[in-house]
Amino acid sequence: MDQIITAIAAIVLVPLVLLGYILLGEQVIERLPERIQEWIRPYFWALPAIGFATVFMVYPLLRTVVISFRNNADTTWVGLDNYVYFFTFPDTLTSLRNSVLWLIFYTFFAVGLGLIIAIMVDRVRYESLAKIAIFLPVPISAVAASIIWKFMFDYQPPGTTQTGTLNALLGVVGHDPVAWLVNSTTNNAALIFVGIWSATGFCMVIISASLKAISSEVLEAARIDGANEFRIVQLIVTPLLWPTITVVGTTMIINALKTFDIVYVLTAGAYDTDVIATQMFNQLAHSHFSRAAAVGVVLFAAIVPLLVVNIRRFQQQEEMR
Amino acid sequence: MSGVADQATARREAARTNTVSATMDRWSNALQRVPLHIVIIIFCAIWVIPTIGMIINSFRSVSDMGQAGWWTTLFPPHGFTLGSYQQVLNTENVATSIVNSALITIPATVIQLAIATMGAYAFAWMKFPGKNIFFIVIVGLMVVPIQMTLIPVLQFFKATGLSGSITAVWLAHSGYGLPFEVFLLRNYLGGLPREVFESAEVDGAGHAVRFLRIAVPMTIPAIASLTIFVFLGVWNDLLVALTFLGTSPNRPFTVVITQLVTSFGGGWQFLTAAAVLQMALPLAVFIALQRYFVRGVTAGSVKG
Repeated sequence: MDQIITAIAAIVLVPLVLLGYILLGEQVIERLPERIQEWIRPYFWALPAIGFATVFMVYPLLRTVVISFRNNADTTWVGLDNYVYFFTFPDTLTSLRNSVLWLIFYTFFAVGLGLIIAIMVDRVRYESLAKIAIFLPVPISAVAASIIWKFMFDYQPPGTTQTGTLNALLGVVGHDPVAWLVNSTTNNAALIFVGIWSATGFCMVIISASLKAISSEVLEAARIDGANEFRIVQLIVTPLLWPTITVVGTTMIINALKTFDIVYVLTAGAYDTDVIATQMFNQLAHSHFSRAAAVGVVLFAAIVPLLVVNIRRFQQQEEMR
Repeated sequence: MSGVADQATARREAARTNTVSATMDRWSNALQRVPLHIVIIIFCAIWVIPTIGMIINSFRSVSDMGQAGWWTTLFPPHGFTLGSYQQVLNTENVATSIVNSALITIPATVIQLAIATMGAYAFAWMKFPGKNIFFIVIVGLMVVPIQMTLIPVLQFFKATGLSGSITAVWLAHSGYGLPFEVFLLRNYLGGLPREVFESAEVDGAGHAVRFLRIAVPMTIPAIASLTIFVFLGVWNDLLVALTFLGTSPNRPFTVVITQLVTSFGGGWQFLTAAAVLQMALPLAVFIALQRYFVRGVTAGSVKG
């Protein structure tokens, strides 16, 4: 009951407090000399946002870097010890390898399938219906998606009735059931597939939007020249979509590196399925703060190039405004 | 190329003079497209059937689920039951956690959007030294993995006595969501016509009035899409809640489901009902507000 009152209070009070902040603050600022007004007003307006970003992102980010060079009790510097641990301990190396697998296969297939499906459904009348079907997993949380796929991957010993959809299908073609999530040759692929399944609709919708922007005259001209559909896709559509594909690809790479939920719920990182983010969480859960921090820094380092790309792209967009 | 073009012209010529072959052309065209339809239908099936299978399973008894696949219920006897739903709702912490999810999500959404809109206004319509640098930092923060911040934020909550409280997750979600929201709203606000603001200024309207009477109402479409995006992001979140509320009685639905999945060896099947309850709200929002939803999600294409 107390919680409900607090929540309602927050919903009502936060906007009211901000409103009061704006109205009272402006009252004060408007009484100041013109030059001081000009100087102080923007900071006054941006302060709550900048404050939140500083407390929850900028400061913690710097602090995490510091922690990663300290011992766990945060009493002395330990140099690169936590990183040496990360790059030599077999378990953490496995998580690094798996994250690379995620990075390559998840990104490639989510974007690739998104592109192919966007192009295919563009050519049929039931396009919007097909798109809803592919987009359906996007609103579904990774937690629910994991339960959905736990059923798809379900395994019973050979000879008994298979209740998992995939193993039942394998049974139809006379193949022995596979323990998808336990077998270390299939489990990473299985997890990555769940990720792809969740993300393809997102890629498809964005690629499809810029596909619609390609003028139909260009395509028509190519068709009249006798180019077949595959040549059209290869020589006209894909090059024109390239800027969109890189944007979506960057997003997918970042998602791949940050993958946590699917792995945590489906296998909890067991059977060699750990990724960097679950590895970090486990270190944190076992109160190995400085090691966890080092894992976090490695994850961040992998994202820095993309961060630079993002900022460059932003600056280009700004010049065009 | 020209040879092919000649052929095409010839074919069109022939089609015009001979309606029989034109009909045949159309048929062969339709026939050529059969593989396309088949591939699309296969993709749609792979993307829809797992969800449908699980929803069907949620209406079966746990022993049925352990004995035969969901597809067997397509034929009578169906044996549908609400047993799993009863079991889930009677499981310790579940009912509370659904309420917690709402208590976390709604205020977190309101708090961050209110702050973001105000900050975005400053970045869009005010000049100040360091503005570009601040904004570039914000663009950079959009892709920073939240893992990078968890430990110091955890320590911060411990120091302020907020650990394990709902307020802690409100604040954390707000902090993590802000960079992207400020970025998006600033672009939208910056695209509004300058004349509107200038004429208001001439009429003597201060920034407070311009913000509340002009900027906010004109930004409603962007705020609406963003609200859906943020709301579902928080509703579906696992990592933030698990980190800050992992064992707290205030933990939300996603955390409780995850803990049940990992703690149940056998008999976990009744959790299908939990998954259906958890995804009902996002799916309902998606179906009811499709256009806003897709716009909200795709606007996030630059977000990490």
